[in-house]
This record gives sequence, structure tokens and C-alpha cells, in this order.
Amino acid sequence: MKLWVPFAVGGVVLFSAAMIFRTDWDLPPVDSEQIGYRGTGMYLTKDREKENELRIANEVPEAPWDPDPSGPKAGEIYENVQVLGDLSDDQFNQFMASITEWVSPEQGCAYCHNEENFALDDVYTKVVSRRMIQMNQAINEDWKAHVANVGVTCYTCHRGQPVPKNVWWFDNEPKPAGGDLGYRAGQNVVGEFVGRTSMPQNALALYLLGDQEIRVHSDTALPTGDNPATTKETEATWALMMHMSESLGANCTTCHNSRAFNEWDQSPPQRVTAWHGIRMSRALNNDYMVGLTPVFPENRLGPEGDVFKVGCSTCHNGVQKPLYGVSMLQDYMDALSEKTSTGVPDYTTYQPGVTETLAPAETPGDTSSLKTKDDEQTRLVLAE
Amino acid sequence: MEYQNIFTQIQVRGPLEAGIPLPRGNDERTGKPFFNWLAGWFGNAQIGPIYLGFLGTASLLCGTVWFVITGFNMLASVGWDPIQFIRQLFWVALEPPPAKYGLSPFVPLSEGGWYLIASLFLLASVLLWWVRVYTRARQLELGTHVAWAFAAAIWLFLVLGLFRPILMGSWAEAVPYGIFPHLDWTAALSIRYGNLYYNPFHCLSIVFLYGSVLLFAMHGATILAVTRYGGERELEQITDRGTASERAALFWRWTMGFNATMESVHRWAWWFAVLTPITGGIGILLTGTVVDNWYLWGIKHGIVAPTPIPEAWGTVVDPALGGSGQ
Repeated sequence: MKLWVPFAVGGVVLFSAAMIFRTDWDLPPVDSEQIGYRGTGMYLTKDREKENELRIANEVPEAPWDPDPSGPKAGEIYENVQVLGDLSDDQFNQFMASITEWVSPEQGCAYCHNEENFALDDVYTKVVSRRMIQMNQAINEDWKAHVANVGVTCYTCHRGQPVPKNVWWFDNEPKPAGGDLGYRAGQNVVGEFVGRTSMPQNALALYLLGDQEIRVHSDTALPTGDNPATTKETEATWALMMHMSESLGANCTTCHNSRAFNEWDQSPPQRVTAWHGIRMSRALNNDYMVGLTPVFPENRLGPEGDVFKVGCSTCHNGVQKPLYGVSMLQDYMDALSEKTSTGVPDYTTYQPGVTETLAPAETPGDTSSLKTKDDEQTRLVLAE
Repeated sequence: MEYQNIFTQIQVRGPLEAGIPLPRGNDERTGKPFFNWLAGWFGNAQIGPIYLGFLGTASLLCGTVWFVITGFNMLASVGWDPIQFIRQLFWVALEPPPAKYGLSPFVPLSEGGWYLIASLFLLASVLLWWVRVYTRARQLELGTHVAWAFAAAIWLFLVLGLFRPILMGSWAEAVPYGIFPHLDWTAALSIRYGNLYYNPFHCLSIVFLYGSVLLFAMHGATILAVTRYGGERELEQITDRGTASERAALFWRWTMGFNATMESVHRWAWWFAVLTPITGGIGILLTGTVVDNWYLWGIKHGIVAPTPIPEAWGTVVDPALGGSGQ
């Protein structure tokens, strides 16, 4: 037998196997629902197997008990309760029990607390949690345009994990060789945060950290010279859209009409919710996440040394309405429904194991933290 | 059965032939001819000799330079890691320079300069191959239909990589050399310019593309169907119409009231094929240069059908109009 035959057959078999098993096919049946006028391609498609998996993954844990809101306040009983001091003792303990289940079910209280003295701030995760509770409150109070009255709790993102599964960071891997060869303009590799497309890897940094213009369409039929967006910028916008689509398990037509993506008056109303969601993620990253960077140890930062950041998938986890729209917040209204203390400490002074109390800075900004998007690293990425 | 199989099942093999003697000034044909059973499944079982000549050699050299530049840049773009190169093969690309360099030919190599160099070689390679196709046809005393059909494809290639970038004033408008990246580019172009669906030349191009497919199927089917009457000898049937030709004509006249002729069907097929990239190229050339939003252009010229909005959607208003930023 000629030598090339087994090689050719082997190649074909390997390639076919890769095509069939390595790619993420949706096996039929796929359900499709018509949401717009007939003939306009306005359909939502859902794969049944994936929907079933998502149902199981998105079951809501019950509150451990129904707390008594009366009695002395937690702030009076315990030391160094900066944010949740207005809860009753029972509410406070119920919330602490819940947060342990949500964030560190295996590690327990000691994941955030010094077990010798729960009041100390010497475990970095406690400092982070406090800020995250402030963030949670701000989402529920300030971002009703996106979360409505359903709201969010720690569980929306954490799902029993100390670090939420779906976060993003500055991603330049695999790095180009440097030198004269291998220019790839921050794209043309599998973009983990942009739906595994070959589009700009750090598109999320442009829009969910920076505020680069998302809109690339012209509002006039003919060129006027006012719209500098090129096809390349369009790819960045599209990369963000892919992230949203993958995060929500949604089609383009969930938010857009099929024929003119930019037209608002023909769009499904979900697009308005999504618009606020983009601004919300951007605000959370700038006001909460970036500022916390100095508190995190190295193994909790991205390969470029940046803090893990919030994207659409962080809360949505593959579902259009996180946890299928079940409001866990209703059981934790006093703890999480509104901002109780917006003070921000100077995180650069934090020393793990040493700092005993990290108090809010003297002149706290409202919800803004100390570092902003002027951070040099961010600028480098945005300059691409 | 022989005529229902996509592969040629009976391979008729005469002695290997070198082809007709070449006129003075031509090079020798290269390679010792041989038979290949697999090739015989698809067409003629004889492989070679090939005529390379100066044009063919130069074209292959230029093409190889383009291929090597593109390949090494792809490899370097994943840090010279061969495993990543294979994993990301469909993702990697040689990317054109960023818009800030405009039409400058002096782009740093580390920012897309290689794209310009590679493109120059690709252009030379394609044009040399075109001249070769033309020259070979003349030397065989054929018409130059293949060359002009190839030229139609080159037109689209030139529009994408040369004419449109020049009119737009930036090499950044050119198409990246990569599998997924060039597809992303294509879709992004449509998104940026308000949906190419409403570009009438895009419509025409699709008509000719699908029309070509239809004509190909109709013609192929017709000839196979009359092969039992000698219909596969199309050239003879053109000049000396026999029963195969008559029956094929009758078939179409009975089924759709009209028939092409043995000769005209080839003209129809050629024009449909050639007009696909010609009209498509015009459509691309107008995009961004003359028209900035094809959907709005379609509204202006009355080609967009009004679409009822489902009541459940209510009135959706751009939230940015509330003055809260972009």
C-alpha cells in the first residue's frame, strides 16, 4: 500500500472527529419562538439540552431562616460593622449564614474572618466582601433600570464559589512574539471573553471599563465625514455583542431587529435594558472593582496584574434573566436593597494580616473608588 | 449506473500525451507525465506535464513569498508556539495596518508593514497568473474567455484590497489574511454600513451567484440526461445538432416553454458567473465611499418594506436621548 493513503485517511478521520466532537454543536431539537413580524427573521432559538442544563444550574437556594427584624442592631452588638450595622442581630446572623453558603460554603466563616476575632479586617477577603456588599446595595438602588425590583444578591454572581465563574481580565494570551513579526492588533486569536471569536480580545475593556463609542452606524444614507468608525471598530462593537449574546444565551434578535441593528424604534424593548446593563457593568468596574486592586493577592489578579472584572456573564451565567428572574433579594431586603454606607477606605494602605480596621477615608467620594480608568494599564489596553 | 456516480468509474487510458508542439519562444513543458487513479475519478487520469514558463514561475514565486510572510506572521502572532499555531489556525491572521497610517507605504513592520509587503507579492502573483492564463490560451489558439472570467474575480479582489482602501484613504480598510478574521471582516463591513442586504449591487451579485448555481445544475443535468444519445459531445452538437440536442431542447420547451441552445447555455453560464464578482465588486466599492448606510439609502429610495412592530414591544426610545451619554 502506498504510504500516503494511511496518512490521508488518518488526517480525514482526525479532522472529521475534531469537527464533530470538538465544536460546540447544538443537537436537534432546537426550539424557536417567533417574536416579530412574519418573514423578518425575528426568532429566538433555544437548544433543549442546554436549557435543561441551565435550569438545573440556576436553581435558587432557600434563605436559611426567616429572621426577626426586632431587637438591638448589629452595629450596637458587634464591633467594626461598617455597612450592615442597621440590621437586627438575627437579620445580621442570617445574612452572614447566607453569604457563607453563597460565597464560601466549603471554607466557612474563616474564609473572610479571623476566627480569633471576627471584628478584625486583617483577612483581605473581608475587606473585599464589605465593598462587594456596598456594590450589591448600589446595584439594587441605583440600577433599577437594569435589575428592576428583582435585584441581585451575592449569589447572583458567586453561585457557591469564592470567585464568580464568569469574570474577565486583560487578556493578551497567547502573546505575539514582539519584534517586527506577528502584529495582530489585539485580535486574531481565540478571544475567551468575546464568544471565542477572532475579534478584539479586550473589547470588554473598551466598553465595560472605558467608554469608547459603541455605535458605529451612520445616521445618514450618504457619507458626511462625521462618522470615523471603521470596519475594525465595528469588530470591537460586535465582539461586545458576542459577549452579551453568549452571556445571556440570547440571539441578536433578542434585542435587535434583524434588518437595521441601530434603529431603536424597531427594536425589542430588551435592548433598553441591555443598554443600561452596559453602563452598569462599566460603573461597577470603575467604581468598585478597579479600586480594590491593591487588596487582592497576586493569585486573585489576572495575568496582567489587573483585578477580575464584571461582564454580562458574571450575573447572567448563560440565562437572559439571571436565575430565571427569581428574586432572591426579597429575602434580604434590609441587607441589600439600598445603600446604607457609601464610605470608601484608601485601599492602598491595606496590609493583609496587619491592618486591624480599615475605616472609610475622611473625604469619601460617593460610590467612586480611588483608582479610576486613568490607571496606566487600562490606558495601554485602550490604546490598542 | 455509470452516469449516476459523481466519480468517473471507467478510466479510459491511452498513451501518455505531451500535447501539441509549442511555437518558437516558448519554454519546455515541465515534468514527466504519469497516470493517477484518484485523479481519474475526478477527471483526466493523466497528471502533467505542466507549462510553467517565466510567468508561471514568477507567479508561483510571488505567491510563495505571500504565503510565507503570512504564515510566519501568523506563527509569530502566537509567540512562535507551534501548538498554539495549530489550535488557533482558523483564528490567526496577517492583519492590515491601523487606520492612523492612512495610505502611507511606510508602515512599521511591527504594525502591519508586513501586510503591505505581502499584499504587493500577492497582487504580483495574481496578475502574473492572469497574464499566463491569457498567454497560454492564445498560444493554444483558444478564445480568452477563461482569462476574462478570471479577470472578473480579480476585479473583486482588487476592489477589496486596493481600490476601496485607496478611496477610503486607509489600508486599514483592507481584508485581513486569515480564515475567521476575513469572515468577521465581511460581516462587520455589512454591520458598519447599515446592512449590505439593501445594497442593490449586493442583490445583483446574489442573483448571479444563485443563478449560476441554478444554470450549472440545469445544464449539468440536461447533458447527463442526454448522454445516452451522445449529448456529452457538446461541441459537435453545437455545430451539428443531433437527437441529444433536439431532445434536450424539447424537454425544456415542454417544461418551461423556452429552451437555451447547446451554445447559448454556455454564454448564459459564463455571464452569470462573471457578473457575480463584477456586480459584487461594484457594491463593495460604493460601500463607505458613496453610501454610508444602505438601510437608510433603501428607505430613501423606497426599497425597504414597512414592518409592523409587535404591540407588546411598546414604544422603544433610544435611552441615550435622555442625555445620559453615548
